[in-house]
Amino acid sequence: MLNAAPPATGRFDMSDPIVKIRGLKKNFGALQVLKGIDMDIEPGHIVALIGASGSGKSTLLRTVNQLEDVTDGEIWFDGDLVNKKLPHRAREKHLNLLRQNIGMVFQHFNLFPHLTAMENVTLAPIMLGRMNKAKAIEHAQQLLDKVGLDDRAEYYPSQLSGGQKQRVAIARSLAMKPKLMLFDEVTSALDPELVGEVNRVMKQLAKEHMTMVIVTHDLRFAEDVSDHVVFMADGYVVEAGPPEQLFRNPQKPKTKSFLHQVFDE
Amino acid sequence: MGLDFTIIPSYLDILITGTYWTVALSTLSIFFSLVGGVFFAVVQLNRHAIVRWPFSGIAWLFMGTPLLLQLFLIYFGLVQIGIDLNAFTAGVIALSLHFAVYNADIIKSAIVAVDKGQYEASRSVGLSQLQAMRKVIVPQAIANVTPALGNMMIALLKESSLVSVIGVMELTLSSQRAISDSFRPFEFYIAAAAIYYILNLGLEYGVRNAERRSARYR
Amino acid sequence: MDIELIGRVWIYFAEAALVTVQISVLAILLGLCLGFVAALGSLSVNAALRWPSRAYVSVFRGTPALIQLFLLYFGGPQVGIHLDPMEAGIIGLGINIGAYMCESIRGAIISVDKGQTEAGRCMGLGHFQVMNKIILPQAARMMVRPLGVNSIALIKGSAIVSTISVLELSYTAHRYISSTYKPFEMFFLASIFYIVIVTIFSYGVGKIDRRVSLEN
Repeated sequence: MLNAAPPATGRFDMSDPIVKIRGLKKNFGALQVLKGIDMDIEPGHIVALIGASGSGKSTLLRTVNQLEDVTDGEIWFDGDLVNKKLPHRAREKHLNLLRQNIGMVFQHFNLFPHLTAMENVTLAPIMLGRMNKAKAIEHAQQLLDKVGLDDRAEYYPSQLSGGQKQRVAIARSLAMKPKLMLFDEVTSALDPELVGEVNRVMKQLAKEHMTMVIVTHDLRFAEDVSDHVVFMADGYVVEAGPPEQLFRNPQKPKTKSFLHQVFDE
Repeated sequence: MGLDFTIIPSYLDILITGTYWTVALSTLSIFFSLVGGVFFAVVQLNRHAIVRWPFSGIAWLFMGTPLLLQLFLIYFGLVQIGIDLNAFTAGVIALSLHFAVYNADIIKSAIVAVDKGQYEASRSVGLSQLQAMRKVIVPQAIANVTPALGNMMIALLKESSLVSVIGVMELTLSSQRAISDSFRPFEFYIAAAAIYYILNLGLEYGVRNAERRSARYR
Repeated sequence: MDIELIGRVWIYFAEAALVTVQISVLAILLGLCLGFVAALGSLSVNAALRWPSRAYVSVFRGTPALIQLFLLYFGGPQVGIHLDPMEAGIIGLGINIGAYMCESIRGAIISVDKGQTEAGRCMGLGHFQVMNKIILPQAARMMVRPLGVNSIALIKGSAIVSTISVLELSYTAHRYISSTYKPFEMFFLASIFYIVIVTIFSYGVGKIDRRVSLEN
């Protein structure tokens, strides 16, 4: 079985990758979730991570900005070792700086319910001294405009639909002008009719050459938007390649059977 | 005057007797507060306002006033109307009544909280009203009430110290006896606190165990 | 019921009720401060802050308030703490209720969804900033009700300071029961004052609770 799932690399370009992952392993107690991942992500590329639940794709995404620490291996972001060993205080500082350059969007939005859409977006830039208040509000207005919610700036999250919440969350994560965006199953918790509006915003970002890593169950969207698809199973990268190759002409039996299962449903 | 905890062993018999009476007082009161709680709860769920009303009045009065005052009322009040109680009995009555009122509130809301669908489902498979109550509603309600009732028992044990003011020789008053003999309040209140703490730990352990067992199917 | 007697003594009960209010308010304020500090301490990653907080809560919730009060008032002088009854009453009640309030505050803080912390940390905010701007404002809404319950328990529990001769409501009731042999009347009178104080207080708490939950 091990032979069927070698740690394939996601390498596909010769230019300098913005994210480099080498020999990444992650255990939760006795459970091995990531069993040795190597992957490169080039600036401006859109990478889709696909695979069954429990394959480790969300965990992989969460190690990139260190919401999960890693057991072994290295993650490099923009020339900086993400998981370097540091004393507690220095590590906190390092992570705060790192995370300002990586935006993340969650399955369950995690909007701050006590703040308006506008305040959700401006909180970090103001608190971290990135912009003064007027500048932050102006920037936030542009971002809300971009996600099509300029008229909802003063609404609280409880007054918004799921799709609107997720679009505010995307605007919020763009507020720090990140170099990389992570999307963790951002449409899984939405009613089907609200998925389109969120996907449209992500496609818009793709057009603007934002570097994005997208964990998704929505294979049609993955095929549609990504430059590169990575299929994961049991904590390994099974197969990776351009979408047309991976979806139309998969090489590995595991990939074939996964695609069969999903598309037959 | 420095501290000298070596004096405690010479008063050990007083402390042990006091502990015994605290345990007896609390155990009896916990028992009667549960029985009383069930009774009050059933009465307050009665259809007829004329039955509910007097008990609601008592509940309102007992929830709005301090236990200490209720102790005075029962101890001195019953004497006034010709019922001569010893202090221990008065203490048990006051603690039981006080906590029965709170327990009733907990039990009442637990019964109301069991999903109505559960009752309908049990009737639809052919159980009688009584069987539905006994086999379906009550077991679920018990799981719902155990944590809150447990907290009440734990509170009762600590509040039982108030009974010392009407002269029951439980742990608090026993330590005061030791103090008036030895003039060492700090040492003996620490000793009393330690004993209460241990009793409390034991009770809490028992309560959490019961909680786990009653909630195992949830 | 001896109405004439009630008419004669009610004014003394009213004065005593003011003392009860005064003690309760000060003890509640002290308890809130202690509870808040202990709650943050008990949630700290630093064991040197966590353990003292947990020990405080465990000891003061695990022993009777009456014993704590006696220890402070009668035992205090032995270790150089000299307090008058009023001071001992306020401090004793405050330290006691602080342990319960700590649990209410801690419960509210940990009930805030973990995703909120993640979202905040993801944006590059530090631990303190996340606590201050994201977690506490949300937790504050959820702690109003339990802290109100703690406070009302304290108002009724403040009766125990009568045992160290603070001239508050229960002390006054006890004194008049002994001198008039009219326990029912005196109980009735003191009850009215307690119920009025508790009712006004609950009304206030309910109002604050509605305010903070409506804001959203």
